[in-house]
Amino acid sequence: MAAETPDLMFPVPEFSDHPIPTATIPEVQGEMGPVLDVAILFAALCLASYFTLVSRSRRNVLLLTIASLLWFGFWRQGCVCPIGATQNVALAVFDPTYVVPLAVVAFFILPLVFTLFFGRTFCASVCPLGAMQELIAVRSVAVPRWLDHSLGLVAYIYLGAALIFAATRTGFIICRYDPFIAFFRLGGNTDMLIFGSCILMIGVFVGRPYCRYLCPYGAILRVLSCFSKWRLSIPPGTCINCQLCEDACPYGAIHPPTVAQTPGARRRGKRQFGFALIASPFLVAGFWWLGTTLAVPLAQWHPESRLAEQMRLEELGIAETTTDASDAFRGSPRSVDELYQSALTRRNDFVTLGGLLGAWTGLVIGFKLIYLSVRRRREDYQADRAGCVSCGRCYWYCPVEKVRLGLISDVSEALPAGRTPTGPLVQLTAGGKKP
Amino acid sequence: MSDEKQTDRRGFLADGARVVGVVSAGVLGGYLAGQRGQAEENRWQIDPDKCVGCGNCATHCVLDESAVKCVQCFDMCGFCNRCTGYYTLDGLDSRDTAAADLLCPTEAIIRTFVEGKAGQDFYEYTIDTDACIGCAMCVKGCALMNGSLYLQVMHDRCVNCNECAIAVACPSDAFVNVSADKPYRLKRVALGVMRQKAGKADTAAQKLLDQVHADE
Ligand code: SF4
Ligand code: SF4
Ligand code: SF4
Ligand code: SF4
Ligand code: SF4
Repeated sequence: MAAETPDLMFPVPEFSDHPIPTATIPEVQGEMGPVLDVAILFAALCLASYFTLVSRSRRNVLLLTIASLLWFGFWRQGCVCPIGATQNVALAVFDPTYVVPLAVVAFFILPLVFTLFFGRTFCASVCPLGAMQELIAVRSVAVPRWLDHSLGLVAYIYLGAALIFAATRTGFIICRYDPFIAFFRLGGNTDMLIFGSCILMIGVFVGRPYCRYLCPYGAILRVLSCFSKWRLSIPPGTCINCQLCEDACPYGAIHPPTVAQTPGARRRGKRQFGFALIASPFLVAGFWWLGTTLAVPLAQWHPESRLAEQMRLEELGIAETTTDASDAFRGSPRSVDELYQSALTRRNDFVTLGGLLGAWTGLVIGFKLIYLSVRRRREDYQADRAGCVSCGRCYWYCPVEKVRLGLISDVSEALPAGRTPTGPLVQLTAGGKKP
Repeated sequence: MSDEKQTDRRGFLADGARVVGVVSAGVLGGYLAGQRGQAEENRWQIDPDKCVGCGNCATHCVLDESAVKCVQCFDMCGFCNRCTGYYTLDGLDSRDTAAADLLCPTEAIIRTFVEGKAGQDFYEYTIDTDACIGCAMCVKGCALMNGSLYLQVMHDRCVNCNECAIAVACPSDAFVNVSADKPYRLKRVALGVMRQKAGKADTAAQKLLDQVHADE
């Protein structure tokens, strides 16, 4: 046996009556997990859609929200989640050597399909990140529209960045900057905890800051939700334009009825629309150029690029101390030239990718400008197709809904003192008084 | 009049978009599912030949107690009396078992006397996996000698994060993706020995080999 043993500083001894043992290592944990996860996700999505659209029960929505938070958040520790799954899917599409688990694909696709039919019911009461913010949105202040719209763009840029970083195996930044995973796991690195706490603190005053301004998956859902077949509607019958729902929505997702436009305003609107249309290509081009100049900082997100940088600094004698990484590299069989070459190739790739990210940013801004300059007519209070997360708060407050549920017999009972409905349709409501 | 027309047009557009959406979701899902035929699902693992024992494994895992633990490859171990993976350099001389003289912060290495032979005493070093925190102190120590101690991601604990937090922090790029049905690695040196043992109908070695990913 001794002859067959490899080169070791000290040979493995041979004992008279003690065979050399072999270490045992644990098996991979059961395969039931993913199937169960997908089944539960599906059931939760069905329930969420039923509660928001059919039974219209804010209480049940809330209970489901808490259940999801406990299951997907604290029990399953926030993994697997559709938000992060976006990256696996991106990587799997661009790199065929990477195989994405079927459960992850299901997690990515199921909420999208549900949103196409029922609106963002996933956000309402299935997503554990949404649930966390939903439960702490207690003192919501209105975010000025312009700020709301501008911040909303960040999510799309984040989505673009996450996709290119995932596709190039630079990193899964959505997972790295997950706001609440550190809470779900009752421990995490300091950055995560600080970031999560900030989101939580802001979330008390600004409803769902992560969902509205950062969530890359929410960005996709927003768009899909605009095409949903059914979606949450606030009054079950005729809106009495009491404005209670607008005050109730912590997410600024309710649009008041529009007023008739003066010819001057109409002209101005047309001019704005034209301007936005012309500006868009310039925005795309401008941001594309800006993006290409960001190749170096973008490529630095890849650990290998940082290592190459460090090696270079050490070789030039600028860096005084070596790092663990550079020490480890010197101990490895790879050559420095190979490392530099790989880093340079990556930098070139990121010129293209940065350009794409820039163009995408320009496109999103352009689209927003066009979207904002198009006027839509609304006769009553309506939930915004994109922004509404189907939380059900608004109809909880809606007097017409209360009449439907038989909680009150007349809408006026639900109106706060001093507020009279201003709607032109007030006389049509069940039991409504003429103004 | 134009109102109704507009609503119709919107409805039509939304219907179209929805069909496109559902179909593309289906195509994407089908494509990704189809890919699985060609490759295996992945798990995170440490390539023990690359690991430099920096200690990040103990501190960077998302789990409270790291999913990474130490493994003893007995077929590479010298069963040394003066074990640099067990004792600190001071402890090496005194061979005292006071905690200060031991490398392992959690006393997870169990030293048992095996045999005295030719005036030499031999000891076996076993890892108490429950106590091990994956700090790699012993790995670094043992690297001075035979390097039989090495770290592995334990798949009864690891939740297989999308992006392994330790992989991000690992300075030696030691984290690799291995297929889920062979989710462990061995030191290259040990691979041959283990195969020989398995060839001699050693079931334990065969079991270990079945769990180990070897890229050749
Ligand atoms: S359901 Fe109502 S309250 Fe909730 S986000 Fe939508 S519009 Fe706002
Ligand atoms: S609360 Fe109901 S009735 Fe009042 S404005 Fe909102 S939708 Fe209309
Ligand atoms: S982080 Fe890497 S080098 Fe450090 S102990 Fe873990 S595997 Fe080894
Ligand atoms: S020194 Fe660290 S890695 Fe080695 S057995 Fe102890 S806890 Fe585990
Ligand atoms: S994948 Fe996650 S759980 Fe597993 S070792 Fe890495 S950080 Fe720990």
